[in-house]
Amino acid sequence: MLKTPKKKMYIYADNAATTKMSPSAIAAMVVTANEVWGNPSSLYTTGQKAKEALEQARKNVAQIIGAQPREVYFTSGGSEADNQALRSAAAIGAKKGKKHIISTAFEHHAILHTLKALEKEGFEVTLLPVHAEGIVRPEELAAAIRPDTCLVSIMTANNEIGTIQPIRELGAICREKGVLFHTDAVQAVGHLPINVAEDNIDMLSASAHKFHGPKGVGFLYVKKGIPLTNLIEGGAQERGKRAGTENVPGIIAMVTALKDAEAARETTAARLTVLRDRLIAELSRIPPSALNGDPVRRLPSNVNFCFEGIEGESLLLLLDDLGISASSGSACTSGSLDPSHVLLAIGRVHDVAHGSLRLSLGDDATEEQVDYIAAQVAQVVEHLRGFSPVWRDLKEGKRQFIL
Amino acid sequence: MALYSDKVFEHFRNPRNVGIIENPDGVGEVGNTVCGDIMKMYLKIDDDVISDVKFETFGCGSAIASSSMATELIKGKPLAEAMELTNKAVAEALDGLPDYKMHCSVLAEEAIQAALIDYYTKKGLEMPEELKKAAARAAAHEE
Repeated sequence: MLKTPKKKMYIYADNAATTKMSPSAIAAMVVTANEVWGNPSSLYTTGQKAKEALEQARKNVAQIIGAQPREVYFTSGGSEADNQALRSAAAIGAKKGKKHIISTAFEHHAILHTLKALEKEGFEVTLLPVHAEGIVRPEELAAAIRPDTCLVSIMTANNEIGTIQPIRELGAICREKGVLFHTDAVQAVGHLPINVAEDNIDMLSASAHKFHGPKGVGFLYVKKGIPLTNLIEGGAQERGKRAGTENVPGIIAMVTALKDAEAARETTAARLTVLRDRLIAELSRIPPSALNGDPVRRLPSNVNFCFEGIEGESLLLLLDDLGISASSGSACTSGSLDPSHVLLAIGRVHDVAHGSLRLSLGDDATEEQVDYIAAQVAQVVEHLRGFSPVWRDLKEGKRQFIL
Repeated sequence: MALYSDKVFEHFRNPRNVGIIENPDGVGEVGNTVCGDIMKMYLKIDDDVISDVKFETFGCGSAIASSSMATELIKGKPLAEAMELTNKAVAEALDGLPDYKMHCSVLAEEAIQAALIDYYTKKGLEMPEELKKAAARAAAHEE
């Protein structure tokens, strides 16, 4: 049975799923709701005050990502931004008779499902491989671009395994070939340096709740001159491209969180990288196991492991009992029969993909937390292997080790 | 709403009859690592009664709880009763399972049937009708 830790800790290690709102973002949201509650489209002072706050927020976002304010559109989050970016680029392509789109096998479903829908509408989609290290190869992108390619969409950092893509290089290839380049930067904004101009990005999606802002808010950056297709009709908001009265308190809170994240970004990244590598080293001592994705080119907060002989959901539930919140790419945690498409895309077979664990550290993570996580994971894996028929077969040589 | 009932959590955290039986009278394994659940049941049978049962499971919380509950439901029971155990009975005894987890209780039912089929086969005994049907279903499933 599991041993109760001498000192039980509570550690939220699922920051890739969502982050807790920062006190400053909450305060900004409350103040805005109290004092800047007007409709930005109204002409009287109360409305114009909200309009001013909204436009100041747009300026701040633009400044942080190296864009012009008019190139920033506020949305309900990353999924909406992804949908609108893809739909818009597809519409532009269709007008020119270009109906080929390139993306990758391990994108977020907001991208993959939209691409599936576009396929039904007559578009052809090429998904680039991401290889064992979870990184797209620029030469493979260059080779995949055709005269009828209208869009390339590649995420900045993967949401499950945290691997960072060579965005600037990929963007340069798209520029050279005259193809629109979109990046889903939901996991990256606030955590990695991003400059849309220097990084050759035409469109970028972001979501506030991944950097301690509120849920239900995000933004889409769209380079000047690229016409957007509306997903939501019904008003002149967001330059007529996204109807609906603006979520001013949410937007202000998002920008507050983004400014804080940017100010602390480099120091947080340096600190987390050390802790991440410590956790990876510790978890490597629970063989047979393997880190998923490149060990270096990954988000400073992300650790993702496969443990052979166990299943991820039971691992998560027992870790929860021990105070640790984490996630898994196991089929049982997704409600489907297949494990994570990301793990399958980097070549993990079903057998081990079911035994995966994603830990995404918080900005306030400590060495003590990391050591606690490693000790509890070791304990739970050993417990589950203790009555796993798969583990018995592996030990007795009736089944081949995969990892 | 919690992910599972208290009973599922209780059996998942403190599974009953975990382990193996050396030289079992019947052993059955169902599921596969592709779908993500494997259950293995070991039976000790004396005078047509399940005198002992143990299990090993690779799977999610509800798979472990279903195995544990299934062993509880057949331990000390006559063979005739054990072979009639249904997945529904397992799920009900656990105060229900989410719809998409019902297959875990099906695996528990099938694992016990597989162990019973193994017992009859090894002993060279004529299988009761229920088990013959279960064996036919399992064979069809294999193909």
